[in-house]
Amino acid sequence: MPANPLPPPFRQYELDDAYDEMFAPDQAVRAHYDTLHQRLLETPVEEMRRRKQAADVAFLHQGITFTVYGRDEGIEKIFPNDLLPRIITQTEWSKIEQGLAQRIVALNLFLKDIYHEGKILSDGIVPREMIYSCKHYRRQMKGLDVPKDVYITVVGTDLIRHPDGRYLVLEDNLRVPSGVSYMLTGRQVMKRVFPELFRACSVKPIEEYPQALLQTLRNLAPHGRTDPTIVLLTPGVFNSAYFEHTYLARQMGIELVEGRDLVVNDNILYMRTTAGLRRVDVIYRRIDDDFIDPLAFRADSILGVPGLFNVYREGNVTLCNALGNGIADDKAVYAYVPAIIKYYLGEDPILHNVETFLCSNPTHLSYVLENLDKLVVKAVGESGGYGMLIGPHSTKEQQEDFRRKILDDPRNYIAQPTLMLSRAPCYIDGQVEARHIDLRPYILYDGKKVTTVPGGLTRVALRKGSLVVNSSQGGGSKDTWVLHDKE
Amino acid sequence: MLSRVADGLYWMARYLERAEHTARLIEVQLNLMLDQSAYSADQRWRRILASLGDPKLTTEARDAQSLTYALIFDRTCRSSIVAAIVAARENSRQVRQQISSEMWEQLNRLFHQVRRADLEEGWDPQPHDFLLDIHEGCHLFQGITDGTMSHNEGWQFIQIGRHMERVMATSKLLDTHYREFENDEQAHLEWIGLLRSCTAFEAYCKYYTADVRPDRVAEFLLLNEEFPHTIRFAVDHLEAALQALPDSDGRCVRVGRLAGRLKASLSFAQSDEIMSQGFNSYLHSIQQQCEQIDSALRQAYIDYPIESALTA
Repeated sequence: MPANPLPPPFRQYELDDAYDEMFAPDQAVRAHYDTLHQRLLETPVEEMRRRKQAADVAFLHQGITFTVYGRDEGIEKIFPNDLLPRIITQTEWSKIEQGLAQRIVALNLFLKDIYHEGKILSDGIVPREMIYSCKHYRRQMKGLDVPKDVYITVVGTDLIRHPDGRYLVLEDNLRVPSGVSYMLTGRQVMKRVFPELFRACSVKPIEEYPQALLQTLRNLAPHGRTDPTIVLLTPGVFNSAYFEHTYLARQMGIELVEGRDLVVNDNILYMRTTAGLRRVDVIYRRIDDDFIDPLAFRADSILGVPGLFNVYREGNVTLCNALGNGIADDKAVYAYVPAIIKYYLGEDPILHNVETFLCSNPTHLSYVLENLDKLVVKAVGESGGYGMLIGPHSTKEQQEDFRRKILDDPRNYIAQPTLMLSRAPCYIDGQVEARHIDLRPYILYDGKKVTTVPGGLTRVALRKGSLVVNSSQGGGSKDTWVLHDKE
Repeated sequence: MLSRVADGLYWMARYLERAEHTARLIEVQLNLMLDQSAYSADQRWRRILASLGDPKLTTEARDAQSLTYALIFDRTCRSSIVAAIVAARENSRQVRQQISSEMWEQLNRLFHQVRRADLEEGWDPQPHDFLLDIHEGCHLFQGITDGTMSHNEGWQFIQIGRHMERVMATSKLLDTHYREFENDEQAHLEWIGLLRSCTAFEAYCKYYTADVRPDRVAEFLLLNEEFPHTIRFAVDHLEAALQALPDSDGRCVRVGRLAGRLKASLSFAQSDEIMSQGFNSYLHSIQQQCEQIDSALRQAYIDYPIESALTA
């Protein structure tokens, strides 16, 4: 606990071992948070309350929602948003940006290699059985050439900040990352609520994202399709991210289609319109690999398009992201990413991984089993906080249960130290309090250029003490500001 | 425009029109029940249910209150207000990016209004205010649609759905009334009720004065070209919306021809001829023609076979 209590509205503000985004360990305000800090001290309680209300109403009216599964209607919830921005300096950001670009390019080369010659496997950098035992490996992709060799088009990498201030990569989301609509709409709301703070801080704009995404998709059109038709493929209204799908389609001015809108004829893909069939060239797909074509993958899928994979194999349509990307964001393969970067690019990684123990490695395994009460254990195939053991918060029975599971199938488990996410100021019930946060920047890649929108989505665990930032479990978001360098 | 989206807009409009129609029928019925009449409320309910054509609903072992409740809140009953509004909202959710935010918000508001009323305890068996809210909500939605959405292809599909539903509902209602009261001098109140069910009482009075006569009411609701709830008016607008659909490759020739023929037959019809040939069978033929138009529309724009679209 700090020696001196902080002045209001910071009375409840906790400072401890976690990295704090606003305060240095000696309670001095970090320079890039100065303006916001000053504003918070000066703004009367009532005024803050009024702005909070204005922001909430704006979110409600824009219908910025996510879907909670399991009820038959009224299932859309408003996405909780914190009033205070998370601020990143230009210097920090440049490094993140370079690190992400390096990582995406290397992982893309890795995917191409895995689905073609497999040199990295022959050279013994990544164990062969690790690839073939991954449930996201798609043998159908073997030998298939994708346009411009781009597998990874849209990425949302999860970063966290270590207590020592370094940004670490927690997860690469290379399949169908979501959340970018909350970043864009959150910014709109903040501009309305804090116009003067925006001017004072010189924040880098993010509004070009939809246009950049459209351009990226266009650049990946099949060869010879000079004026491609691009669509966004959604699983439908019951998907949790349906709001985002409609939002992005509207912002890009492209059709939002469902599987039943698409038909395949003679290896050409069409959508059914009132003016007849129209050829489709590029699909920004928000459906998982398994569901995309019942003939090639899961036969019980009713969301996909029968025959789509054949069209894809013929090169008559581009899918973004490519199929089979899950092999590169597998939680066990993750541990090899630094080696992957070194192998393909001959560079040292700019952004580091979180220390990871692979249960398939005997030395690691015995360490993990001895320290189950201290580590976080994750099943490699799961996401969204499922199949996880958080050591320090677990019971003996849970630990024993995981011990059995790990020994049954070591390949399926990894362990990491329990991480202290960094904390940032949040507006909670009229006070400013510290809450744990992470960062998900959005990156686009078209084979030539890596585009990163400055900032991204900061997710925040709004419950006191919680480290879980998922929206389904009491998480929310924050607007993320990357500042221009002061002259 | 995607075929699925066109279909969604069409059904959204149809369901909302249905909700409004049902609300009006209940309102008029509850009102008539307050008056002494030569006809029992029971018969009247039976007529309403027949006109709605919902197999789930019968008057057996049901009192007015439970019928009113079912027609408003029973989700399993196709023509209930809540079923229609829920269906309209589901359809609009499918086409969310094609309609304006204002439209979506209004439809949402209407949906929550109905749901809230259902949750309230001690529900009022004479829900005039509630029914009025539903009318107003539907009218507001139409106004918002006209004022905030581009009058493009999608808007035309909304017009088609709305007027299609109106022709069907009005002709069925007129059918059941005429069958029962064609030569009945006592049925004065029932004919007024019919006019009110089409919000046409005032318009009728302006045209024919308050002298309510069965043949005139029938003629007015069938052939008047100026009042929005008459069959002819709805058919004219249905036809106009169909004509306004883009047609680059002649796909709507058949649907255009069918609609044009129906429109022409109503434009040049003589009421005495219709009456002498049988009013009810004339109404049936209108319903049949509407069904043909509907299926031709689907074949041209929505469920067309892939092969035909490829060779075109």
